[in-house]
Order: sequence, then structure tokens, then C-alpha cells
Amino acid sequence: MSNLSSELPAAAPWIASHRVERTPSAVLQPTREPAGRAEHLLTRDLFKSYRKGPLGIPVLQGINLTVYKGEFLSIMGQSGSGKSTLLHLLGTLDQPDAGEVLLDGHRIDNLPHASRDLLRNRHFGMIFQSYHLLPELTALENVLASALISEGVFGYWLRRNQHRRRALELLELVGLKQRAKHKPRELSGGEMQRAAIARALLAKPEVLFADEPTGNLDRSTGEQIMHMLRELNHQQNLTIVMVTHDPWIAEQADRVVQLVEGRIRSA
Amino acid sequence: MYKLLLCWRYLRTRYIALVCIVSVTLGVATMIVVNSVMAGFTTEMQQRLNGMLGDLVFESRSMDGVSDARAHMAKIRQIAGEAIAGMSPTVTVPSPLYIDVFGPNHQPQALTQQVTLVGIDETTYAHVSDFGTYLQHPKNRQQLSFHLQESGYDVFDHQVSERDRLKPRSQMEHAGWAYRRRKAMLQKMKVANQRQQRLANSLKQSRRQTGLQDPFAAAAARNGEAEGRDFDPAVEQHVGIVLGIGICSYRMPDGTDQFIALPGDDVRVSFPKASLPPEAISERYTVVDLYESKMSEYDTNFVFVPLRDLQQSRGMIDPETGVGKFTSIQIKLRPGADANQIRDRLRRHFPAQLYMISTWRDKQGPLLAAVDMETAVLNVLLFMIIAVAGFGILAIFTMIVVEKTRDIGILKSLGASGRGVMGIFLGYGLSLGVVGAGAGLTLGLLFVKHINEIADLLGRITGQPVFDPSVYYFYKIPTLVDPWTVAWVCAGAVAIAVLASVLPARRAARLHPVKALRYE
Repeated sequence: MSNLSSELPAAAPWIASHRVERTPSAVLQPTREPAGRAEHLLTRDLFKSYRKGPLGIPVLQGINLTVYKGEFLSIMGQSGSGKSTLLHLLGTLDQPDAGEVLLDGHRIDNLPHASRDLLRNRHFGMIFQSYHLLPELTALENVLASALISEGVFGYWLRRNQHRRRALELLELVGLKQRAKHKPRELSGGEMQRAAIARALLAKPEVLFADEPTGNLDRSTGEQIMHMLRELNHQQNLTIVMVTHDPWIAEQADRVVQLVEGRIRSA
Repeated sequence: MYKLLLCWRYLRTRYIALVCIVSVTLGVATMIVVNSVMAGFTTEMQQRLNGMLGDLVFESRSMDGVSDARAHMAKIRQIAGEAIAGMSPTVTVPSPLYIDVFGPNHQPQALTQQVTLVGIDETTYAHVSDFGTYLQHPKNRQQLSFHLQESGYDVFDHQVSERDRLKPRSQMEHAGWAYRRRKAMLQKMKVANQRQQRLANSLKQSRRQTGLQDPFAAAAARNGEAEGRDFDPAVEQHVGIVLGIGICSYRMPDGTDQFIALPGDDVRVSFPKASLPPEAISERYTVVDLYESKMSEYDTNFVFVPLRDLQQSRGMIDPETGVGKFTSIQIKLRPGADANQIRDRLRRHFPAQLYMISTWRDKQGPLLAAVDMETAVLNVLLFMIIAVAGFGILAIFTMIVVEKTRDIGILKSLGASGRGVMGIFLGYGLSLGVVGAGAGLTLGLLFVKHINEIADLLGRITGQPVFDPSVYYFYKIPTLVDPWTVAWVCAGAVAIAVLASVLPARRAARLHPVKALRYE
């Protein structure tokens, strides 16, 4: 334990002190990893806690995880196990208290804001349980969101046809071409999630993060979404990291890791 | 790009933001209207003040004046000749003016008024002030003459272009020699009538008493006739006088002017001689024209007579040399000359215990300062309206940011920077400001353009005239749209809208993406 606390930054001693009281109950076991694939995303001793008043609540307690290129990985865990937090750290939406996140061997968790924004815009795609489409924009405009964000007015205007064509292709891919002009409130849950997938794919990302993508959907619609994700994974060799609490959903991935009380347990 | 798109969508979908736009619009429109009207009044007033006073006034502190205007003017020209366009000496003396009117039972009655009698040089005075342009006879406007004109005095105010708004001054139609001759004839007939009656009465009485004619009564009657022939008002005039229109007229509630003296009438003026002890003298003058500067302070106070005559009457001419005294010299400067600088230069050369040298602004300092102060205070108060609109924007934006927390999280998860998110809301504030100010600008300018019609309409609806010409001496509300003021008002409104959106925008920019995404 003393070894661990020495690795923690001095700014967060409360994390270390808290951890001293709670000795890890589960023994870390090596996960079933595919051999012969290049590492894509990697975490080293990832710690994250949330502060609630004077008390720090540990969420992640030393996560060592490797995601391989072209892999469909699902992270399974109960509510509160820290799986969403882990996904946010991988997707640079949040920063760890200690530890490292590496993309293709480069550390990305300590990059400046602008670089992390760029990473999320160009290299990562994200889909969420409650779809998170912008209600003021049409399905097509929602799909175009990452291009709208990355381009200035002039740049966007110059390449508007190119962007539009790609967005319409993606909408066709997810079977929503005829709903392009519809606002999110005019779409069903499954349609919204499909639009969200199309949005995540616009910038041709390397990694797709999915946070309970079927959580708000019925079984058959959930299956459609999962089918779509698998297809993407197989056809475009897209690395997908999905978190879910549903074992049935989790099983559809290439590999499953379990998260229990902020630690990874073998699948 | 997304900033523009979202700004536009928020503008179209958040109708509550219209409330902010309306308050900005009203604030801007009110400020434009008030400033235009104030500027209109001020400019009109300043033009008239400057027009009456000339640019610089060189005064003797003594009411009895100082000698030799020509020498003084030569010295002034020597000091600041390059900046001087014209000079005219005057003599000013406060005096009572008597106008004869017919009271009840057609009994003549003298109306006495306190006026300032100004002796002016008719050849040069029109060059140093706008006095000439305020006169009522077209010939006098070209070159002032103290001789009564035959007729042709303005029936419609020549300074107002819209004749349809004017009430004609029908009495002026008959003014001039024609009026004077008719009045003299009537007077003559009346006097003859009275005399005849008196004669008949006295004859009757004497016959009753003695039965004889009274030779003295007949002699007295002849004397009276001889006196009448001395000065025949039908063909002769006294020295000319120009009265302020407010002295000899009053405005009826319906806007028509009633005159108590017209060009052609005689008036009497009493004033002290420039001697020690002062000796009061009274002179008869014939009204030859009226002037209307539309500044009631002047129009009810000043009367003008020829300088040489006034100097003579007051004993201000040295009998040996023939050189007259003056009390002030009005100076007109060339365009672009700095009045304050010339004033200071002159002050250095003329002893302050004898002379007062001031610009027209110095002379009207308190009035101008009061108007400026009024404008400034009004502007501050009105800007508060826009500031209130700013707080409205602040409150509504804070609400919108809270409502949009999740959307902000989504944008950040898609790679939008904090600065970009801030840009959305700053842009939103800017567009609200621009739309509000634009609408206010249009509304304000339209209001200013049709202000008189609006005032008339309001007057008709409420039954109470909004703009009473009998109070202001203007037939319509004067307005002047200063493009700079309008630009400042609009820029200020837009700036306030942007400033009010800074706090909510910063709040949005600082939202943590994960917390924002989880916001319910």
C-alpha cells in the first residue's frame, strides 16, 4: 500500500488515505486477451474518486486494461461499479486522479484541453444510453455535429456538400435516410440511437465508446443496435468499447471484462 | 459553424428571449426619440441664441457707454482682424414702452411694458446677427430700413415651411402705410367730430347764458387744428422702431396671433439721458416692422431703433466732435474661428473694469448648461431601461444555460471547446442585442419622422394637445437625428446585451462535460 500511495500525486492524498482503510477484497486476475493484436487503448493503474463533502468516494481503484485494435470489448458491471467513469476516462471526457491512459502508445489523459477536444472530435465516437441528440437540430444536422464543430464557417461552407454526402451515407447505413429532416422528438428510441451511431461515425473515428447503448430500448430494438455495432466492428474493423450491466448484451462482444467495486475482474 | 447554427436555432425556438428583444427595442427607440427631440430643441435654440447675439459681445460696463465705436473697432480689428467677419456697435438701455390701445368704451389706454431698447446701425447690424432674417417684411429681410413700408408684411410665418399647419395673421395683411393712413383719417374724423360736438355744446351753453359767441372758444378750436397740421400721421412717420413680436402680440389658445400694435402704429418709449443726474425723456416712434426669433426671451424683451437717433436722444454725441458713445459692439467671427481664443485675446488688451467681453455661449451659459444637463440626465435614466433589459437577458440566459446543460455536455463530448460553447451564448446575446437594437432603431427613426402626426393623433385621442404651439412658439416639434448619437445608442444596447450574456456564457463554458451529460 505504501508503494501505491507514493505513486499518487501529492494533490490527492485523501485518495490514498481512504484506500488504506479499504484493502482490496478481490484478487486481480488476468483477462482473456486475444493474442497477436496490436494494443490500441491502454490504461495503467487508473484511479478516480469523487469528492462528496470531506469524504472521497473511490470509483476506480487501479484499473489496468488493454483494448486491442479492432476489438469489440464490453465492460460489464453493476450500477456504481465505475464502468461509465472508466469509459469517460478512456474517452478523455474526464481526467484520472492517478494513472495513465494511452492511445497507440501515447499518453492522452494529461493532454491540454484543446488536444483532448480534438481527439474526441476526430478519433473517438461516443454513443450514450439516452442518445443525447441535440433537440434543436434535425437528424441530419445532428449527424453533421462533429463536422460543424471542427469546421469554421468558411471551411464548412466550402466542404458542405462533402460533409452532407457523408452524413446522408451514414443515415442510409443506419436506415434513417428518409428521416433526415426530422427532429429528435419525432424519432423513436431506436431511431434516435441509430442517428447517434451515425453521428459518432461521421469523423471516421478509430474507437467507438458506447455507454449502455441499449439501456433505454426494448429487447428487439436493442438487438438491432447490437447487430449494427457488431457489423461495424467486423466490416470497418472499428474498435468498440461498450459498457453495460446486462450480461446478455455484454456477451455479444468479442471479450468481456467485469468491473467490481472499481477493479477489473476476469471474465 | 455550430455556434452560428445553434445561435440561430435558439433565436428561433426560445420565444422567451423575445422579451429581452422587446425591452432592448423599447429602450433604444425611446433613447433615439428623446435624443432627437432634445437635439432638435437645442439646435434650434442655439441657432437662435447665436443668431441674436452674434459670436462675441464686447460690452462697456457703464450703461452710459464709452466713446468712439470706430476707434474701438479699429483696435479690435488690429488684435484679431483675421478672425473677424463683421462688427456693429449698439446702444442698449432698459426702458418702459407704451402702446396705446382702446380699452372698454373705446377709451384710449396706454399699455406699459418693460423692454430693452437697442440702438442699432441698420447697415451693419444684419451682418453680425440673424436679426434681419427674423423680420416680417421681405424687403427689410434683405436690407433693414427704419422707414415704414407701404404694405406686404408677412401674413404667414416665413420661417415655417408647412403652411397648412399655420394660422394666418390676418391683421398683418393691412399693416404698413395703408393702415397708418386709414388710422390717421379715422383719428382725424374722430377729433373733428369731438371738436364739433364740444363747440356746439359750448355755443349752446353760451347762448343760454349770454346769447353771444365766445371768441376764445373759436380761437382754441383753430389752435387745435393748427396743432394737427404740425405732424400729419397720414403722410409722416416718427423715427422707426422694430418691436419683438411677443411685445405687441399674444397667441390665442387655437394658435392664432392677435396684435396690439402693427407696423404703422405709433408707440412711446421713455429712457434716461446719459447725463448726471439722469433725466428721463420720452420719444414717439413708429413701428416699421416686427421681428420673431421664436425665443420668447428675446421676442418679449427687445425693441430696436436707429443707433444715431438713440445716441442723439440720450445725449451720447459729443457736440464738438460729433463722435457718439456706444454700450456694446457685436462681433461676427469667420467660420472656423475659435470664439474662446479670440475672447481671451481681446480680454488681454481691454481693461476688465471697463469692458465685458464674452462669447454668446458665455452669455447664455446657465441656459445651455441646464439643457446639456437635462439631456445628460435623461440619457442616463433612459440607458437604465436598456440596463434593465440587460438584467433580463442575464436572468433568461442563465435559465437557458441550465436548461441546455445536457446539450452543452453533448457538444463537449463531441469535441466542442469551452470557448466554443461560450461563443454560442455570447453570439446569442449579440444577436439578441443586434435584433433588438435594429428593431429599436427602425421604430425610433419612424417615430421621429412622424412625431408631429403622432402628437396630433395623441392630442385628438386624449383631447389634450401634446404639443401646444402657443407654449413653445414652434408650430411643430423640432427634431434632429444625430447619426453619432444613434450609433452610440445602438452600440451601447448591443454591448449591454453581450455583457449580460458573459456570465451565463462563462458558466456554460466551465461546465464539466461528464456532469453536464449526467444532468437531469
